Amino acid sequence: MNQPNKQLRHPLDDLLRTDRIPHIWCPGCGIGTAFSACLTAMKKSGIDLEKTVMISGIGCSGRGAGYVNLDSYHTTHGRAIPFATGMKLANPELNVVVFSGDGDLFAIGGNHFIHAARRNVDLTVVCVNNFNYGMTGGQVAATTPFMARTTTTPAGNPDAPFNLPLLAYASGASYIARWTILHARDLMESIQEAILNRGFSFVEVLSPCPVNYGRRNKEKAMDSMRIYQERTLIRNDARPWELDIDFDKGVILGKFIETERPTCTDRYDTVCRPKELLEEMKGSKP
Amino acid sequence: MEFWRVPFDSEEIQISTGVVYVMEDRCKGCGYCIEFCPRHVLEFSTRFNAKGYHPPAVRKPDECVNCHFCEIICPEFAIYSIEAPIDQPLPVPKEREAA
Amino acid sequence: MRPAVLTGEYFMTGDVACAEGALAAGCRFFGGYPITPATEIAEHISGRLPEVGGTFIQMEDEIAAIASVIGASCAGVKSMTATSGPGFSLMMENLGLAICTETPCVLVNVQRAGPSTGLPTQGAQGDMMQARWGSHGHYEIIALAPSSPQEIFYQTIDAFNLSETYRVPVLIMTDEMIGHLSERVVIPDAKTIQTVSRPSPKGRKDRFNPYEAGPNGVAPMAAAGEGYHIHVTGLTHDQRGYPVMTVEAQEWMMNQLVGKIRRNLDDIIRTEAYRLEDADIVIVSYGVSARTSLAAVDEARDQGIRAGLLRLITVWPFPESQIRELAKRVKGFLTVELNLGQMHLEVERCAAGRAPAFLVGHPGGTIIPPDDVIQALKEHF
Repeated sequence: MNQPNKQLRHPLDDLLRTDRIPHIWCPGCGIGTAFSACLTAMKKSGIDLEKTVMISGIGCSGRGAGYVNLDSYHTTHGRAIPFATGMKLANPELNVVVFSGDGDLFAIGGNHFIHAARRNVDLTVVCVNNFNYGMTGGQVAATTPFMARTTTTPAGNPDAPFNLPLLAYASGASYIARWTILHARDLMESIQEAILNRGFSFVEVLSPCPVNYGRRNKEKAMDSMRIYQERTLIRNDARPWELDIDFDKGVILGKFIETERPTCTDRYDTVCRPKELLEEMKGSKP
Repeated sequence: MEFWRVPFDSEEIQISTGVVYVMEDRCKGCGYCIEFCPRHVLEFSTRFNAKGYHPPAVRKPDECVNCHFCEIICPEFAIYSIEAPIDQPLPVPKEREAA
Repeated sequence: MRPAVLTGEYFMTGDVACAEGALAAGCRFFGGYPITPATEIAEHISGRLPEVGGTFIQMEDEIAAIASVIGASCAGVKSMTATSGPGFSLMMENLGLAICTETPCVLVNVQRAGPSTGLPTQGAQGDMMQARWGSHGHYEIIALAPSSPQEIFYQTIDAFNLSETYRVPVLIMTDEMIGHLSERVVIPDAKTIQTVSRPSPKGRKDRFNPYEAGPNGVAPMAAAGEGYHIHVTGLTHDQRGYPVMTVEAQEWMMNQLVGKIRRNLDDIIRTEAYRLEDADIVIVSYGVSARTSLAAVDEARDQGIRAGLLRLITVWPFPESQIRELAKRVKGFLTVELNLGQMHLEVERCAAGRAPAFLVGHPGGTIIPPDDVIQALKEHF
C-alpha cells in the first residue's frame, strides 16, 4: 500500500525544509500537528509567503522556525516577540508569525508578550502549550496545572497556572483563540483568521508532551488526546476569565476575541510622523 | 475513539473517496492517524521503518472518504490523502514488499 | 521636516551628536529603554526618526530593546540602541545572538560608575572588559571610544560602516562625561559623508547560502522578505544557516566569526598618536581619559618628561602589534582609565615584560586630573 518516500510528496512539502525532516519532536508530541496547522493556515490565508517570516524563541516549539522553508529566525529564549516587533516595525509589509512555546512566551518572555499585545503590534503569535519545559527534560512552567508533577515539582505543582487567553485579553490582544491539537481543523482555521486579523493575534494550542509532562503525570499521548476530547467544551462566547485550565472541571476552547483596533504602526504613523512625509510614503507605494 | 458525530444530512451527501499515502520513514508511530480516522481505514503495520517504528498501513482502502484528518493530525508530515475520481478510482499503489 | 543630515555648526552634547551621527549614517530604527546617562540619545532620536522615515520604539526593557534592534536589522534596516551599565548587562545575551547570526547593529554604552546601580549620573569606564567578554562563548567584537561630541558624531557613522562591512555588532563605549559634554559639533554636507551598507546577495535565490563568506570573510546578507528563504539561528550552524550540532560545525562557524575580524585588523583598528615619535613613555588612554592624558602629555613635556599619547579609537580589537612594537623601544607604558585596571591588562599583556606597564586608574564618578598622571609619570619613570 505504501510507497518509498522519494516518490511521495506531502502537500506541505513546499513549505518545509524537507532536508531537515524528520524533525526533532518526540513520538506523540503535538508540536508537529500545531506546526502543520500553522503552515496550512499560512498557505490558505492567501498572504504573500515571500513576505512572510516565522520567528521562534527557544525550546521544543522554538525549533519550529527551523523547519519552514521561508525566511525564518530562531532567536534567544523568550525574545521572539521583541525580535518580531523590531522586524515588523522596520518593515510593515512583512507578515510576521511567532511560533513558540509556553515557557518561552509566558515565563521568560511574559513581559514582551503583554507589551506587544498592549501596543497591538500586527503579529500572529501561536503558542504551543504543553504544560512544561520539554526541551530541558520536563520542569514546571507558568502553565503547569496545579498539583501536576514535573522534575522540579516532584510533590506536585503548588502554584496556579496562567490563564493565557485572559492574560492576552487584559493586555489588549485583538484576536484570541484556544484549541488543542486534536481540534486540528478548528486550530488551522483559527490560525488563518489570526494571520488575516490586523493587530496582535494570539492562538493557544494545548498539546501533549508524552515524554516529559505525560510520563510524570501518568498520561500517555493517547490519554492526553482522550482528555482533549472528553474534558473540553467549545464555547466561542466564553469570557476570558472563565478560561482557567483545570481538566477536572473541563477546559473551554474556542475563538474568544476578534476585534480590530489601530495597530502599533498605524498609531505611530498618525501620531508621530509629519503629515507631508506620510503622504510621500503613501505615494511611493504601488 | 469516536470523535465525530454523525451529521443529520449524512444520507444525502455524496461521499468522496480517497487514497492514502504514507511516507513511512517520516513516521514515529504515534498512532494518531489510526486512532482518529473516522472510518478506521488504517492500522499499525508489522513492518519497521528506518527509525524502528511501525508506520500505519491501509487496512480498508475502500472506506477512505478523503477527509484528510490523518493528514492534519499527523505531527510528522508523514501521511496524506488524495481524492480519487468517482468514476475512475486512482490506481492503488502496489503494496511494498514486507521488509 | 528636517533632513537626515543636519548640516551646520552646533553646540551639542555627545549624546545628541551620537543620535545625529546615527541618522547621518543611515540608521532608521532605534529600539531603546531609558537609562541615565544614555537617555538623551533615545529622547533626541525619538523625535528625529519619524521625520526621516525611520522608526523609534521604546521597548519594555533593554533585553527587548536589543532584540528589536536585531529584528529590525534582519529586516534590512540599519538599527541601533543606546544604554548604560545595567542595561548593557541585560543586553549581553542578545549581543551574542547578533554576533552568532552576524547581524549588523550599533550599541552605544554611555558608561557610568558601577558595579550594580552604582553612580547613575556620574561617568566611568568600567565596562571595557564586559564589552570584550560580556556575552558567553568566545568571539571577536569591534568597540570604539570617542573623546568628544564631534568625535562621537563621526564615530557613530564609522560604527555603522564597520558593522555593515563586517556583519558584526559594533559597540560605542563612550562615558557619561562625553555623553553630557556640550561642545562645538560641525555636521558636514551630506554628500561628504560616506556610508556603507551590508553586502547584498547576488545570483540564484534558491541556491543562496546565507553564511557562505565572500573574499574578505564576510557573507552577503539577505533581508527578510527578499525571497531567499533564509534560516537564521543562534545555534551553531553551517553555511546554509542550518543548526548542526557537531564539533566540526562549531569549528567552522567560530573560524568564520572570529576570522573575519582577525584577518581584517588593519582595516578595523584605529588609533591616534600624539607626540609619540620621540616619546619614551607611552600613555595609553581613550574616551574622556584621553583628554586628561592629552593635557598631561603637554605638561610633562614642559617639565622635560618625554611622554606621548597613544589614543585608542577602537578599543577592541586591541592594537596588539602597535603596543608590541612600542614596547621594543620605550621605557614604559602608563594606562590612564576610569576603572581599576582593564585596558591596562591588555597593555601589560602586549608589552609582555619588554617594557613595564603602570596604571593611573580611578573607580569612577569623576575625571582623572592631569596632575595625577604627571605624578605617576614622575613616580614610575
